[in-house]
Amino acid sequence: MITAELFANAVVSGVLLGGFYAAVAVGLSIAFGQLDIVNIAHPSFVVAGSFAAFALNDALGLDPILVGVLVAPLFFLAGAVIYRVYFQSFERTGQESLRGLVFFFGIMFIAEVALILSYGVDYRLVEASYIGGNWKIGAVDLPLRMLVPFVVALSMTTAIWLYLSRTFTGRAIQAVAQDRLALQLMGADPIRIKQHAFGLAVATAAIAGSLLIIIGPVEPSIGRIYIGKVFAIVVLGGMGSISGTLIAAFILGIAESMVATFAGPSWSNAVAFGILLVTLAVRPQGLMGRT
Amino acid sequence: MSREVAFWASLAAVLAAGLWFTGSYDNEYYFNFAYAVLQGVVMAIAWNILGGFAGYVNFGSAGFFAVGAYTAIALSKLAALPMVVLIVAAGLVCGLIGLAIGLLTLRLRGVYFAIATLAVAIVFETLIDNWEFVGGAGGTYIIPPATAWFFDSYVEYLFFVMLALAVVATAVSRIMNRSRLGRGLAAIREDEVAAECAGVPTLQLKLIATTAMGVLMGFAGAPYGFYATYVDPVSAFSLLIAVNAIAMPMIGGTEMWLGPIIGALLLGSAQKIATVTISSELNLLIVGAALVAFITFAPRGIVGLVGSLWNRRR
Repeated sequence: MITAELFANAVVSGVLLGGFYAAVAVGLSIAFGQLDIVNIAHPSFVVAGSFAAFALNDALGLDPILVGVLVAPLFFLAGAVIYRVYFQSFERTGQESLRGLVFFFGIMFIAEVALILSYGVDYRLVEASYIGGNWKIGAVDLPLRMLVPFVVALSMTTAIWLYLSRTFTGRAIQAVAQDRLALQLMGADPIRIKQHAFGLAVATAAIAGSLLIIIGPVEPSIGRIYIGKVFAIVVLGGMGSISGTLIAAFILGIAESMVATFAGPSWSNAVAFGILLVTLAVRPQGLMGRT
Repeated sequence: MSREVAFWASLAAVLAAGLWFTGSYDNEYYFNFAYAVLQGVVMAIAWNILGGFAGYVNFGSAGFFAVGAYTAIALSKLAALPMVVLIVAAGLVCGLIGLAIGLLTLRLRGVYFAIATLAVAIVFETLIDNWEFVGGAGGTYIIPPATAWFFDSYVEYLFFVMLALAVVATAVSRIMNRSRLGRGLAAIREDEVAAECAGVPTLQLKLIATTAMGVLMGFAGAPYGFYATYVDPVSAFSLLIAVNAIAMPMIGGTEMWLGPIIGALLLGSAQKIATVTISSELNLLIVGAALVAFITFAPRGIVGLVGSLWNRRR
């Protein structure tokens, strides 16, 4: 039974969901797309951000988004340290493709287990005044627990885009992806640039995590289903293109919302993987790909 | 030549020792323990054929394992088939899936293959979640027969089946490792473009490796339902299975056929012991920490460490 009302609601909630997905995927778009670091632990960092928001919200009653912004510098440092280890152990010796990948897989698993050890396997949620609220435009629902993350996610993605395209360091990050040697000849240290960029990518996970736990309750292993989603978005968007990432995030959000509405929510997790496999088979360079 | 004889003789000796073990001990815990460790051995060997020999990382091992388990469960719900038939059927299904994934993604860079395997595992988990015939998301109970053949209990039989599978997997892996095929895969691992230029039929070899990996993982999964007696998608697709399949070869050493066996025996036993004596969550942390530590500090695994010590002493 497809009514116009149901359809409009599915599209709107898909757009809201897609905006949030952009926040989760933008960090991976930098790490995987620009720096060639296959950080499959990214969704685990997002979940870690959710638990940081939960812990401070629960103990001090701080707003989850505020917590996300506050812990982002810590995530930045953690990312810089992880990149140092990654560089010393794998990238320097040219072993990043196989061993680097497994390294991040191990990090992901450790992060998940550490969260289980400290918080158990229960679902956790945060409290904020806007979470229960709902706006209505005609027959279309705009729940605030989706709308607030949508606005924050779009602001963050825009800020990242401005940073990468307008500032010196941002342009250096893009340059390191294109021609490392040329960057070195211009007097910039590619390792420090990559360390900075990877720190930035992990820092976005702190804010994305606070959005994740506003949208719904979070448990430690929830990150796993996001691996497929974020890689589908980054690959579909065309590696490293921020605007492509945003478009792909909206496509995935709307597609998932349609499937959840018309085929049942238990199928929606497979949508991302379907998109990923089709993209890899048909157009591996993605929508806005460079090559 | 004598090394060949010694290898096949030791495989036969392992099987004979297994039979003797089932005849002389009755404590079911031993067989439970040994079954779990041997399942790890088969999974580690299977992962290593593609991951270690050819350098293509598969993150979706749990998907193959679970499809193997659910193939056997679905068939046994239709008819009372012997275990051998279930295992062969599971191997066929998983081999075909391996081949299909290979065809779909192996033309791309290795990283995409790794991500695609993760994707496939979740697609299959979603399918099983929605397949009510095998219990859907709620899971299903399997009632194994009380005994089989001449074994005293069913778990002793399952132990022997898994031991035989481990022996088969070892033989397959060693033959692949030491043949022309294995050298071709090693060439792909070191430099795929150079291998292609030197006339190595890279796509064909990779497809053989993904298929062999799928078949062996299907084998490993097939008896799982009868071992666990209750199977749901969460336990069959557990991330721990995928992590173990990677960690065991990485710890043992991925370049030689012996590596995954050593890694699986050590890590599998350590985990089982840690689960009983400390806690099951901590055992997960051990696996993760061991994986990251070995990958960072001893990338060639125990086999590599022993090899370099040996060379230094000579």
